Amino acid sequence: MSESVDQIFVLAKQWILSWLAGAPEWVTQIASSLISISAMLVVFLTLFAGMSLFERKILARIQNRLGPNRVGIFGLLQPAADGIKMLIKEDIVPARADKVVHFLAPIMVAVPTILALGVIPYGRNMTLFSIDGGILFFFAVGSATELAVFMAGWGSNNKFSMLGAMRAIAQMVSYELPLILSVLPVVMIVGSLSPDAIVAAQSGYSLGGVIPHWFVTTPWGAASFLLFFIAGLVESNRTPFDVPEGESEIVAGHMTEYSGFKYATFFLAEYFGMFAISGLAVTLFLGGWHAPFAFLWFIPSFAWFFLKLGALLFVFIWIRGTLPRMRVDHVMNFAWKFMLPMAFTCIIAAAVWHFHTRNVAGWLWSAGIVVVVYLVLSRLLETRRRFAPRVYRFAEE
Amino acid sequence: MSSAAFIVIAIVTLAGALAAALLSRLIHAALCLVVAFFGIAAFYFLLGAEFVGLVQIFVYVGAVAVLIVFTILLTRRDADSDRTFNWSGAVVALAVFGGLVSAVLGTPALAVTAPAIDALTVRRIGEVLMTDYVWPLQCIGLVLTAALLGALVLVMEEKR
Repeated sequence: MSESVDQIFVLAKQWILSWLAGAPEWVTQIASSLISISAMLVVFLTLFAGMSLFERKILARIQNRLGPNRVGIFGLLQPAADGIKMLIKEDIVPARADKVVHFLAPIMVAVPTILALGVIPYGRNMTLFSIDGGILFFFAVGSATELAVFMAGWGSNNKFSMLGAMRAIAQMVSYELPLILSVLPVVMIVGSLSPDAIVAAQSGYSLGGVIPHWFVTTPWGAASFLLFFIAGLVESNRTPFDVPEGESEIVAGHMTEYSGFKYATFFLAEYFGMFAISGLAVTLFLGGWHAPFAFLWFIPSFAWFFLKLGALLFVFIWIRGTLPRMRVDHVMNFAWKFMLPMAFTCIIAAAVWHFHTRNVAGWLWSAGIVVVVYLVLSRLLETRRRFAPRVYRFAEE
Repeated sequence: MSSAAFIVIAIVTLAGALAAALLSRLIHAALCLVVAFFGIAAFYFLLGAEFVGLVQIFVYVGAVAVLIVFTILLTRRDADSDRTFNWSGAVVALAVFGGLVSAVLGTPALAVTAPAIDALTVRRIGEVLMTDYVWPLQCIGLVLTAALLGALVLVMEEKR
């Protein structure tokens, strides 16, 4: 019974495809792709609508107010109202803008994030686009976003847009390195770039089914997970790293000259990027669709995946409601002086863990390496900090 | 199926490259070059070299294109249509193309049918890189580290 519940979506797809039993193979292939793609888009667009509402609700709770509560019960229809508002708004294109680039930028921002969502395993046998180098695919399409942000900033022909785009690209390029390096230990231990293999490597439990073999339970995995999450926050331009769109300084960064549905597309791309990064974090470190305890196996795999995804998204919102925005130079210093050395340390700690035949001694050794390097690094960065009167380097010359 | 895909990809790649060579605004040319990069990546996918295709997108679209775009942005004050057709460039390009075509047509390897190769998996590339080609890999790593340090030295603030 629970086996068929677990595979309900896979079976549903096979059932729909059975209507095309006599059709040539390419028709079946295209139909199969279309079903997968539309299912994914429906799920994530619903999640997007829900997230935009719950984000406002949770932020309101953190800030001791009520949040949207006028449209529908508890404001549940707010996303629909927002969507209609965005659709009927006037689409303003600046007179001096580069029309083609200005038009293409929102599309170019949204496409890579949707593509990246395709390689994540959402449940047992539920990877939409299963390729050998899935992790590499994720980062390869993700790297196209930078160019899209640049197109938005440059095509708008506006100084705030350009400044925002420059900031966004600077911070995305800097954090791409720690982001990928923090994935490397997992790839190294599993010996594969395929997300399915990575999830499969995290099956099994210790101590009678209470400690899952997720990578986050190892010291190097926990450290890489934190690094990955921080770098993911930066890549999706979320608080406290939202300097590219810092409202108090540069209006809305690269989105300044966008209105109506194009603005909504940017918004959608930001949230889809967040889903993709969180989904990859779940896949790499939190065991993918595996249950946290062995006796909870009867709950379907996709439910676990989306539960974990929801938990990570909640942390995204929580951080947004709690932390103030960082300064640009602090963001950069943090990337190069702390994140990068820590990511390298994680690789070494993972290797030590592996060559200690993954036992308790290896666990302790790799924990020791991570903790010692963390302490030394934080001490060094602390003593290097000099307190002095503020210098206005460019304003006074 | 595969030849139709080849023709479509070839047209897109060539159109992108041609636009990159002919458009008068440099930023547009750079963005069209990105289309050509994507086309080349698509060729790799068509040939079954998935890893190379992904790295092509990763390196060329993610890094090289951003670098080009930034270079244009930081060096040109006014990039409005000051790019005219360059005959010497066309002559050089045609000469290089002719040389390449004659070299390709002159190779005896074209007449031999290529032996079937097994799928180029990520695992196999990793194994070969770590065994047969470990010294070249290390040397390239050293060169890139030196380049990184050089870039850091170049942009470091001067002490006051």
